[in-house]
Amino acid sequence: MSKSAGTPKVANLNDLLAVAYQIEIDAVDRYNLLADQMETHNNPELVKVFRDLARAEGIHGEEIRRLAGDFDVAAHARQIAKFERSESPEEAELGSAHYLMTPWHALQLSLAGEKRALAYFTSIVETAKDPKVKTLAAELVEEEAEHVSLVHRLLLRYPKPSESWADDLDPPVSQE
Amino acid sequence: MAASPSISIAIIGSGGAGALTTGDSLLETASAAGWHGLFTRTLGPQIRGGEAAALLRLAVHPVESLPDRFDLMIGIDWLNAHRFGAEIKSGPQTLVISDPRGGELPPMVTQSGARVVEIPMKEMAKAIPDGRPNMIALGIAARLLGFTVEQAFAPIEKRLVDKGPAAIEASLAGIKVGFGTAAGIDFGMQLAAPTPSTARRWLLSGNEATALGAIRGGIRFAAAYPITPATEILEWLAPNLSKVGGTLLQAEDELAAINMIIGSSYGGTPALTATSGPGLSLMIEALGLATSAEIPVVVVDVMRGGPSTGIPTKSEQGDLNIAIYGMHGDAPHLVLAPQSVGDCVFTTQWATYLAETLQAPAIILSDQFMGQSRAAIERPADVAFIGARSIASEISGTYMRHAMTANGVSPMAIPGTRGGQYTADGLTHSERATPTSGAEDHLAQLDKRRDKLDHFNFGDHWASIEGSGDLAVITWGSLTGAAREAVERAAADGIKVRMIAPRLLTPIQPERLAAALAGVKRILVVEQTHGGQFNKFLRAHYDLPAPVRVFNRPGPLPITAGEIHYAIAEWR
Amino acid sequence: MSSVAYKQADYKSDVKPIWCPGCGDYHVLMSFGRAFAQLGLPPEKIAVISGIGCSSRIPAYTNCYGFHGVHGRSLALAAGLKVTRPDLTVVVASGDGDGYSIGGNHFLHACRRNIDMTYVVMDNHIYGMTKGQPSPTTEPEFDTALSPGGTGVAPFHPLVVALASGANFIARCFSGDPNQTADVLAAAIKHPGFSFVEILSPCVTFRPDEKAWKDMVHPAPVTETSDQGKAARRLMTDDGFNIGILYRGNRPPFQPAIGASGVDLSELEKDFEL
Repeated sequence: MSKSAGTPKVANLNDLLAVAYQIEIDAVDRYNLLADQMETHNNPELVKVFRDLARAEGIHGEEIRRLAGDFDVAAHARQIAKFERSESPEEAELGSAHYLMTPWHALQLSLAGEKRALAYFTSIVETAKDPKVKTLAAELVEEEAEHVSLVHRLLLRYPKPSESWADDLDPPVSQE
Repeated sequence: MAASPSISIAIIGSGGAGALTTGDSLLETASAAGWHGLFTRTLGPQIRGGEAAALLRLAVHPVESLPDRFDLMIGIDWLNAHRFGAEIKSGPQTLVISDPRGGELPPMVTQSGARVVEIPMKEMAKAIPDGRPNMIALGIAARLLGFTVEQAFAPIEKRLVDKGPAAIEASLAGIKVGFGTAAGIDFGMQLAAPTPSTARRWLLSGNEATALGAIRGGIRFAAAYPITPATEILEWLAPNLSKVGGTLLQAEDELAAINMIIGSSYGGTPALTATSGPGLSLMIEALGLATSAEIPVVVVDVMRGGPSTGIPTKSEQGDLNIAIYGMHGDAPHLVLAPQSVGDCVFTTQWATYLAETLQAPAIILSDQFMGQSRAAIERPADVAFIGARSIASEISGTYMRHAMTANGVSPMAIPGTRGGQYTADGLTHSERATPTSGAEDHLAQLDKRRDKLDHFNFGDHWASIEGSGDLAVITWGSLTGAAREAVERAAADGIKVRMIAPRLLTPIQPERLAAALAGVKRILVVEQTHGGQFNKFLRAHYDLPAPVRVFNRPGPLPITAGEIHYAIAEWR
Repeated sequence: MSSVAYKQADYKSDVKPIWCPGCGDYHVLMSFGRAFAQLGLPPEKIAVISGIGCSSRIPAYTNCYGFHGVHGRSLALAAGLKVTRPDLTVVVASGDGDGYSIGGNHFLHACRRNIDMTYVVMDNHIYGMTKGQPSPTTEPEFDTALSPGGTGVAPFHPLVVALASGANFIARCFSGDPNQTADVLAAAIKHPGFSFVEILSPCVTFRPDEKAWKDMVHPAPVTETSDQGKAARRLMTDDGFNIGILYRGNRPPFQPAIGASGVDLSELEKDFEL
């Protein structure tokens, strides 16, 4: 069965930094992948939205790396930060992409991702024994809560699309 | 404003812009109003959301080829449109309607001298609840072409019948906005009035036409393995065969498909499959079996770019060699080629009739251009070619499955017929169908299978032969339409040209071609291959009594009437 | 393994996939990279062999050696390659159409031969590339243009067929869990002989109903077995959504001895000497 059973265990500060870092850089990869998909499928508005989201997540990742100081948070993350499906931010998001998606949809994906991260760090606050871990986790909770508010504010700019947003009268094309 | 017998329109868009729907819908509008037309498309590599151009030609006469240049181009957006720039040729007289927010026009358009008028279709669509830019484009096109809003809307309303009143309203609103916006634009062209005709009109693709022709010819079983660009033949047959008491079975691969239809035919039910180059390659061995065992089957090859996986979504004529020469050993059989969307009905029906009558496989070489283009045509006439297999009944004595007869066709016993039991075989056999390795039987059966084809009177349908002159253009398949148009233009210039387009490629018709070439002093062979397959075939099997020039080019770009006209004109 | 630490990104080429956004195959591509990185395999020592179909486009999207072959024949290509180049890691990528329909016969014999390779079938219960015909794993009532009202023909059990034919490792994964899929792929690659991994990978364009798969997949309720009888019973009653390694066998892989010949050509010519 899966070696990565359960959400990554956070035993100390370095573990928490590593996991937080991995969440951000996974998000960067994910949003860039989505941007690439939108580019190939001629949805330029969404290319910009996803590149912007990737950039924002990249900045968060850098902040965590700075917090970690000399500690090689990237290497440690590769060791321990493996999410099982139910916790992984990636699964729902890539599966919900659509070549006709609108900025509203992209922001919904982002919101879901931020909420998942928020829930994860909240659980660390609740279960951590190490006071340093608790403190950092609480800070991360505040960060993520801010991100959530930011996405909500952005969503105000984009109305929910009509029921027919995915309608494409042109048929699919058989390429082989 | 001068009335033009033909106007060509290209509609370009990507990522769900709906360019293809707009083009297809315009074809329907024009066709309902009495014009002829042809709609084809060119696409990017994505399955959905890719860049696309709808290519449409409307005319007062039947349309069988694409134009040299487009008169009207509507760019909903130009994202990645440079990928098919060579297929959307424009010139100084072209009017380009372009959305200023739709990206850069491809250099081929800007450098052609075309007149560009900007209309913000996307923005205008946003102002309508659920509005779509392609409906704005449709309204613009309708106005410029001289249709009414109602005429433009009718096909759209049909397509949206399941989507509810809001979608229908939004589309109509879009068309009206586009229509109104185009009021101030001087297109400078107008379609000549259609010739009034009481003939019934049809709108269909070459693939659908092929499928209908098959059923008309008596096909009642089809085996299917999907492959681009042939799958639509099978998709049309699936429900429609059932309606006439037949059936379609999806096979696990082409090896199974060809053997299934041989089995069906052996049991007395005329059978067909449809494929493309890669599939035909797989079927070759079994086609040899059908040839040797004298079992009729029909295999449609909708040719695409080759070799190997090639360019699945583009047309080419490179399967001529494998269709004619692919089988090992000496295995003469029927190879036919339709010449237009409408001709797919007749040629498939005729091929089925011939296969059944001569108890031999028939390979029909259609191509992606005809197969996937939609044309507005007059209803093809009913013809009397319905599968006429010679059946052995009332059998007495030893049944001779491959009996020598005057015309080389031996009555076939259908399983269930008492006294007619025999084992069909790919092994060389005697008249009784039992295996033999003897020289006499082998020669006799080889002669029989060759002679039954060679001595058959195929009549005038073997080729389209038009006009007369000392230059002959010899071509085939989907190039026939472009050649015909080129010959007309040459005639208008005072150059008299004869056009010969064989519909029957094998068995060859030496006397008939010789008669067609009487008095010809120059021969121009035109084909869409890299290796000049058709030219080599002609030289191998026919006397060509005059100097020959070859104009051949592989896909993916179509060969236009203008190019053929040029080749004719410069050879004086 | 290698002393260089490889990352998932090292196995990804810069070719942009044409897969529709939302396609499960994007996750499978990720899983490939993660599995290869886990095993520390140099990209140039991996060959990804495929046939025709959406899943078969994957080789060009990796940074490994690849072969986009003809429809249904990827296992044959792979057999020829691996037997002569046992030093390579050979991964074969296919779909339910390419692999179980036209490739069906080659599937039986690949399992039987048990050459050391890993066969990954991205199963979406439909022919995606040719616009939605039924595949051998499509539900019998699923309506398509070629099968109006459904085929009426039961799907087959590829995992059972694999076991009966001699596959040495049988697993099922879900594309939506790329980490678990990566772990299974790594195990499959490490395991000698013919490893068969079916990955349920939803088709967003022709099977939007497959969005429900993420709620239907579940960890297999039993631990993996190396007992063929047990495995056979379990697989025959499998609901099609059991995730995990289901069978791990002990057959030695088939690999003929190849390499430098010890014999001079003149030895061979002795056959003809009078």
